[in-house]
Amino acid sequence: MIEFRGVSKQFDDGTLAVDDFSLVIPSHKTVVLVGSSGCGKTTLLRMINRMVDPTSGSILIDDEDIAGLEPVKLRRRIGYVMQNSGLLPHRKVIDNVATVPLLEGVPKRDAYARAMELLDTVGLDRSLANRYPSQLSGGQQQRVGVARGLAVDPNILLMDEPFGAVDPIVRADLQQELIRLQQELGKTIVFVTHDIDEAFLLGDEVVILQVGAQIAQQGTPSEILANPTNEFVANFIGVGRGKRRLSVDGSVESNGNDLVLVDSAGHAAGVVDAPGGVIANGDSSPKSRSISNKTDQAGDA
Amino acid sequence: MQWLWENRDLVFGLSLEHVRLSAIPIIVGLIASIPLGWLANRFRVTRAIQLTLFGILFTIPSLAFFITLPSVLGTKILNPVNVVVALAIYAIAIMVRGAADAFASVPRDVIQSATAVGFSSVSRFWKVELPLAGPVLLANLRVVSVTTVSLLSVGALVGNGALGYLFINGYQRDFPTEVMIGIVFTLIIAVLFDQILVAIGRVLMPWAHGVRGSSRALTVGGAA
Repeated sequence: MIEFRGVSKQFDDGTLAVDDFSLVIPSHKTVVLVGSSGCGKTTLLRMINRMVDPTSGSILIDDEDIAGLEPVKLRRRIGYVMQNSGLLPHRKVIDNVATVPLLEGVPKRDAYARAMELLDTVGLDRSLANRYPSQLSGGQQQRVGVARGLAVDPNILLMDEPFGAVDPIVRADLQQELIRLQQELGKTIVFVTHDIDEAFLLGDEVVILQVGAQIAQQGTPSEILANPTNEFVANFIGVGRGKRRLSVDGSVESNGNDLVLVDSAGHAAGVVDAPGGVIANGDSSPKSRSISNKTDQAGDA
Repeated sequence: MQWLWENRDLVFGLSLEHVRLSAIPIIVGLIASIPLGWLANRFRVTRAIQLTLFGILFTIPSLAFFITLPSVLGTKILNPVNVVVALAIYAIAIMVRGAADAFASVPRDVIQSATAVGFSSVSRFWKVELPLAGPVLLANLRVVSVTTVSLLSVGALVGNGALGYLFINGYQRDFPTEVMIGIVFTLIIAVLFDQILVAIGRVLMPWAHGVRGSSRALTVGGAA
């Protein structure tokens, strides 16, 4: 469990990036911090591994105040994945994955064996182990980044827009891979993105942030979609107007079991189950949503 | 050719001397410039001071340096140490700027992520910053190498110029062949040094294929 208690951060140039922020991030869940650039979401993420120290307030991991922990030690037990992978260009893939275990003094043979397993875990061919990062595609580099983040088997994984720099098809691929991994591993993932679709797809819980890291709304994707607290959130997630405001298109004949949905601009956006012309009332528990449902949701948007 | 054959011991001896006297300043320049360049890159204030200071050092005419250093160092005018010290100062003057550029060329992303995964600042310097500064360091070292090898000849005017002796002697005797031989052997040493540096780079930085800058070796000439 990660807890922010009244955290503020003022940078040397005077900008108040984070203003009195409090949040509890439960263990073994994926929590997505989402907001426009400059809202302080990356600063929040970097406070968790003490890349940035708060000006006031405190951050606790499993009830332990991290201000009292040695930053280097703390970072070595938290996985970190960033945009553009952040891999060491002068180290081969295998060495990149094994970076932290090797820093920790794990024997090379053991670290390599574990790194090889991690390549399997993230869906990379073992033959890539001896390549340099520049010889890999963007998507492959990102997978190596994830493997490196998992190398010390951390409880916490911090992900800073990890899929921001890859093309949409590869991104969708990586997102599915992360969902699969998370089902297997059950880490506490804190994920930062500016992409609300990505947030709804990956997040067990989504935190929508405004400037100064003010929480506009937090909740499960369904809760937020069902009850956006204000106009900012409604606009941000696109239910106010735009592609998430869907309505039944009465102008199209249906076979009786499906109705066509259109977005606010009138473009066809999908279909909804409607046996006998009546929209079915689905199970509303978010737990029951399968991965494929989640994907459809993102695909529609 | 005949002259070369008859004087092979002289030319060979001078060449060895040339290699020895120019290798020391190159190595000193590299080693001294790494901490200086790192500092210059890290702190904006020291960068301005250092780059100005070393820029001025490089503008001092070499001959003036060779002549004044004995009184500063307390050495005899014919002592080869004078030439070596002067060349080392030039090497540092060029290399500090190059080293600062080299450290600046390390991607910020990579430094950040190295910090994020738990490199301490010391291990980050040795295992990340220094290796990644390598290609630009090497490019600058090649400039220094060529400059030093050619500049050393000027030392002949104060009695310690290795192959430069052939220039002065050939000029005084109005004997172009000797001057020519001096030029050719200086050139051979310069190319030899350069190739050795490139080979060392290949071995130490197998990841850097295509990154290495080489054209800059020609843009900074000798300051003689």
